[in-house]
Amino acid sequence: MSEEKIEKTSKIDLDRTEMPKQPPEIRRHNFNEVALGYTEELAIKEAKRCLQCKKPRCKTGCPVEIDIPDFIACIVKGDFSAGIKKIKEKNCLPAVCGRVCPQETQCESKCILASKKGEIAIGRLERFLADWEAAQGKIDLPKKAKPTGKKVAVVGSGPAGITVAGDLILLGHEVTIFEALHRPGGVLTYGIPEFRLPKAIVAREVEYIKMLGVNVITDFVVGKTRSVDELLEEFDAVFIGTGAGLPWFMNIPGENLNGVYSANEYLTRMNLMQGYRFPASSTPVKKHTRVAVVGGGNVAMDAARTALRMGASEVRIIYRRSHAELPARLEESENAEEEGVIFNMLTLPIRYIGDENGWIKEIECIKMELGEPDASGRRRPIEIPNSNFIIPTDAVVCAIGNSPNPLVPSTTPGLDTTRHGTLVADPETGKTTRDRVWAGGDIVTGAATVILAMGAGRKAARSIHEYLMGK
Amino acid sequence: MNKILELRMIVPNMHLIKIEAPDISKKVKPGQFVIVRPDEEGERIPLSVADWDQESGTITIIFMEVGASTSRLASLKPNDYVATCVGPLGNATEIKYYGTVMCVAGCYGIGSIYPVAKALKGEGNKIITVFEARSSYLIYWLDRFVGLSEKIFTITRDGSSGYKGHVKRLPDIIHGLSQLPDIIIVNGCTYLMAQTSNITKDLNIPTIVNLNPIMIDGTGMCGVCRVTVAGKMKFACVDGPEFNGHEVDWKEFLARRKAYMEEETLFFRRSEPESKLHKEGKCQV
Repeated sequence: MSEEKIEKTSKIDLDRTEMPKQPPEIRRHNFNEVALGYTEELAIKEAKRCLQCKKPRCKTGCPVEIDIPDFIACIVKGDFSAGIKKIKEKNCLPAVCGRVCPQETQCESKCILASKKGEIAIGRLERFLADWEAAQGKIDLPKKAKPTGKKVAVVGSGPAGITVAGDLILLGHEVTIFEALHRPGGVLTYGIPEFRLPKAIVAREVEYIKMLGVNVITDFVVGKTRSVDELLEEFDAVFIGTGAGLPWFMNIPGENLNGVYSANEYLTRMNLMQGYRFPASSTPVKKHTRVAVVGGGNVAMDAARTALRMGASEVRIIYRRSHAELPARLEESENAEEEGVIFNMLTLPIRYIGDENGWIKEIECIKMELGEPDASGRRRPIEIPNSNFIIPTDAVVCAIGNSPNPLVPSTTPGLDTTRHGTLVADPETGKTTRDRVWAGGDIVTGAATVILAMGAGRKAARSIHEYLMGK
Repeated sequence: MNKILELRMIVPNMHLIKIEAPDISKKVKPGQFVIVRPDEEGERIPLSVADWDQESGTITIIFMEVGASTSRLASLKPNDYVATCVGPLGNATEIKYYGTVMCVAGCYGIGSIYPVAKALKGEGNKIITVFEARSSYLIYWLDRFVGLSEKIFTITRDGSSGYKGHVKRLPDIIHGLSQLPDIIIVNGCTYLMAQTSNITKDLNIPTIVNLNPIMIDGTGMCGVCRVTVAGKMKFACVDGPEFNGHEVDWKEFLARRKAYMEEETLFFRRSEPESKLHKEGKCQV
């Protein structure tokens, strides 16, 4: 490996090139993207730090196996066009992944320089190339294989669906995506806020697969408008990527008070329905002064930071474990903290208390302490008796997770589910218990990441292709 | 994008819209709803389907103009397109033989209960129809119900037709019948459904309501339509919209329905010229 190289520490630059960001005091008042991206100079500077290992470990940390050192080498040479092509061989959503992939636990964690805290900023470089290409205004379309005459239906237009569609269209199959909402993109559109993933980027990526020839049908609820069985009459194969869209609540008193939202509702109002522009857009949103977000994941951070941008003066995260166990990406919790979000750690809401009109007024919480590690490997939070206290608030956003949407499983006989409601599918191929039906993404794994859904989509596409061509 | 084939006010403030939606027309069943978005900026509005025709591939909806979005929908014209019409959503009414079915309807519910009554009649049920309205001129589609119903009663606030008063007169109608209905189905405003449920609970008559909460996606994703039924949290969009009226927490439901009242009426206040003519909701001229 690059043992030899790494010893010459004098030559190794461990200084990760920072990406310019909007300052916290400015960005907490607008919905524009927080991270501004590398300039060409910054990108080349960062790319030059890459040691070009002979056996690159970064690649093994990527769920879709992007040839990372190769695209970085292209940046060093200033050949950005070759660089983006290299990425697109493996990843059809680079502008999205460059922004929302947890690189710190994937490719970047495997970088040889990670041990010295100087890992290459792979995600930022990926983003740079994708944005550079978009700025050129023209996109090179890859060559498609000869038409096979086979038809594939993809249910859901989130990251899994887009990947499957993008892969299969290149292999010569006819692909139609069915999306339940009025805008494609799935969680990228309804869930992740504008300031973290601009909707124009999602639209661009969807436009790209449309340019490749994918037919995208919105406002079509598979399971309702047409069943999977009916799709199978028209299509040779069906891929289900309907995600994890059913919000969990905590089953505590007062959860149906006005002002208590699921994170899905809160974020969908803001993102999909553009509530932050109300009344210019027509889906109403409330202006809350004090907002409490329950949960510690990326979605919780998204909700908290959205609340700040909507003008709330006091926004807090309530999480039952400690800072160290926050499931959110470090970058996201740091951004939230910089912007002024208050963190109430080791705190569990046990009751929501309303006013006489049915609006949330305060939260009764209890203090927690950490015990022994549980099944997840994280230390289990334990209630401290008699430590109850009250947090006054105008709104609560419940961001404690989602389970898979049962619409498709419940209307498709023979499609087996686990006790968690996820679809049973072969992890290597995505094959479900129904003939000619594949699945991938959150509907199989439960709520996970964009890139894992894409990885599952890629595997399913391969398996679907084999099936279609072997027929 | 779905083409509007017909759009007109059928009684004051109540509109009939016929939309081209071949996929939905093939699938929709009594009791189900669709989500309509009038235009690209529009809100997603859940609306019960009142009629459909598979052959022409159309669905018909009756809706009331209550706020910004329904007002935008009402302002469209035939041959315009709605940005979204998606469905059919929710579960269908259980259509089977019950015996005597009383259909209580008001407002847009007169439209949405029509396919329910028709299908139940088809199963051999005896249909008794009760319309509730502020005044007789707000009742529509009477002709459609005449052939279906054994009896039709009306309750009007001003007494211009049938019983004078509001839904609280329902026991007078029920007790006037030779025997109690086997089931009561109510479609309409929250007040009508809640009051009817209260009345029939005492009389021990099974009562089905078709809830109309605020929704966004209508597929179980956002959870804004949650309602407490028999002490459990349910999502009206995927678990309903029909529930046992005796088990619904009406106080909570009403509070949740009103959550955006202020923002909704903001539209009307904004669209009216600043003047002293209207004060405290009253015309001062």
